[in-house]
Amino acid sequence: MQFGIFTVGDVTPDPTTGRTPTEHERIMAMVTIALKAEEVGLDVFATGEHHNPPFVPSSPTTMLGWIAARTERLLLSTATTLITTNDPVKIAEDFAMLQHLAGGRVDLMMGRGNTGPVYPWFGQDIRQGIPLAIENYALLHKLWREGVVDWEGRFRTPLQGFTSTPRPLDGVPPFVWHGSIRSPEIAEQAAFYGDGFFANNIFWPKEHFQRLISLYRERYAHYGHGSAEQAYVGLGGQVFMRKNSQDAVREFRPYFDNAPVYGHGPSLEEFTEQTPLTVGSPQEVIEKTLTFRESFGDYQRQLFLMDHAGLPLKTVLEQLDLLGEEVIPVLREEFAKGRPAGVPGGPTHAARVAAAERAAGDDDRAASAAFGTRA
Amino acid sequence: MTTHGLVVVTAGLGRPSATRLLADRLTEATGRHLAEAGREVEPTVIELRELATDIAGHLVTGFPAPALRRALDAVGNADGLIAVSPVFAASYSGLFKSFFDLLDPTVLTGKPVLIAATGGTPRHSLALEYALRPLFVYLHATVVPTGVFAAADDWGSGASAGTDTLPARIDRAAAQLAALLPAAARPAAPEERVVPFEQQLAALRPD
Repeated sequence: MQFGIFTVGDVTPDPTTGRTPTEHERIMAMVTIALKAEEVGLDVFATGEHHNPPFVPSSPTTMLGWIAARTERLLLSTATTLITTNDPVKIAEDFAMLQHLAGGRVDLMMGRGNTGPVYPWFGQDIRQGIPLAIENYALLHKLWREGVVDWEGRFRTPLQGFTSTPRPLDGVPPFVWHGSIRSPEIAEQAAFYGDGFFANNIFWPKEHFQRLISLYRERYAHYGHGSAEQAYVGLGGQVFMRKNSQDAVREFRPYFDNAPVYGHGPSLEEFTEQTPLTVGSPQEVIEKTLTFRESFGDYQRQLFLMDHAGLPLKTVLEQLDLLGEEVIPVLREEFAKGRPAGVPGGPTHAARVAAAERAAGDDDRAASAAFGTRA
Repeated sequence: MTTHGLVVVTAGLGRPSATRLLADRLTEATGRHLAEAGREVEPTVIELRELATDIAGHLVTGFPAPALRRALDAVGNADGLIAVSPVFAASYSGLFKSFFDLLDPTVLTGKPVLIAATGGTPRHSLALEYALRPLFVYLHATVVPTGVFAAADDWGSGASAGTDTLPARIDRAAAQLAALLPAAARPAAPEERVVPFEQQLAALRPD
């Protein structure tokens, strides 16, 4: 199982001081947080993609390339890459390049985006969100798997005799997650391809995501990629910790109350009861996170949102120390207990290369056997 | 005997509330008309006042707290609806509108809805016709022809030339709603089914 963090990249005033970081400060804070994630033993850093203030991460592969050059083990991912408004050809090229430079530590999460004007800014129509996600990903999937592509669709210039370069590292495309908050079509898409499904469950009650995830698992099995339990599920989470639970609540409350997404709405107490948000001691975070397995089954990747709502960098780094030292080691141990043998761990390039080699070996043996019968 | 899931949404803020009183009279009259036809009604009353903070929370966070979720589901699963709002500033109240803003815009399609409103004076009565009725027409509901407006004076007035008493208007509207409620139990909502991926892809193939 993989543990990590994901960042939205918001530039938000610190409500306790009124100070807003500059974009440069925020960008450098994001990469400092990524390096810290590796230092404290997390597995994954994922960045969002946005094209409007107050968000800074418009160019994820640039940022992840910088991080890749300064880390050794950390997996680099996105949360999410906009499959609707980016050209799938450019996604294929950018992430294949990043995968080479990062030595196989890259995967990515497809998302549709939730900012209406981004569609027209990039020449698209938001009412076509799902069809764009489906067609663009179908092309991306093909570009990474077929050397020479002839292709025609609804939303993009046709391609004749096009080869996306560089070809994927070791001939194996990066693992893809499909992120969704509400669309069963996206769960179906993830299942069809045998890709991962990431439910960013941090703002909504669990019943909603139980329906989406069970649909994904059931359809994953339907399409013959394995059993429902073997499907690749990722989940979000959101925590703020101090040794003493009361200190955590007191310190986090102004950030919660003024947070861009849910501030000025329900109380911190209501929100913690209804969503995965945990504000308290490391032990409380451990307990809440362990309930995710009861709700959604054994899963592969857990990402926490740690650095939003104007929290100062120093505080975020302290949070990561607590996460790495006190929470993740216990979660690794507890999630390993009773995990069925057939349930895969988090996806890695090495495992995918090995699987591809096994599959190729099987094909060779099948081919030899076929020749044998003919001879 | 057929039973009907009748949901009554009332946006009155007072305790007691004239809006709730009107909602109760309409519910009772609808039940009476159904009983005459050998049918039974199971009313569920949703007091929006009790959900006011949940409604504001949902507007801000994008998801409903459990009590609001139950109320929205009840409206979605109803066979028919009685919707009653006080008139504020020449229209339905903001709380009333906010609740219907949060409803999935497809769930009222084809459902009979009786609209009613309360106000201080009869001069607000057309709010039913220019505010509530267009809202439910937008939501593709079948709106009962008679809307019932109760001004403060209506609770103490007899019939006058050209005007029915409030009880007579309630009775007429309730009879119309009862007639529109489906005679057979509504089939259970179909399980949310996803379009198989091959079909989603095929729909995108260029012609």
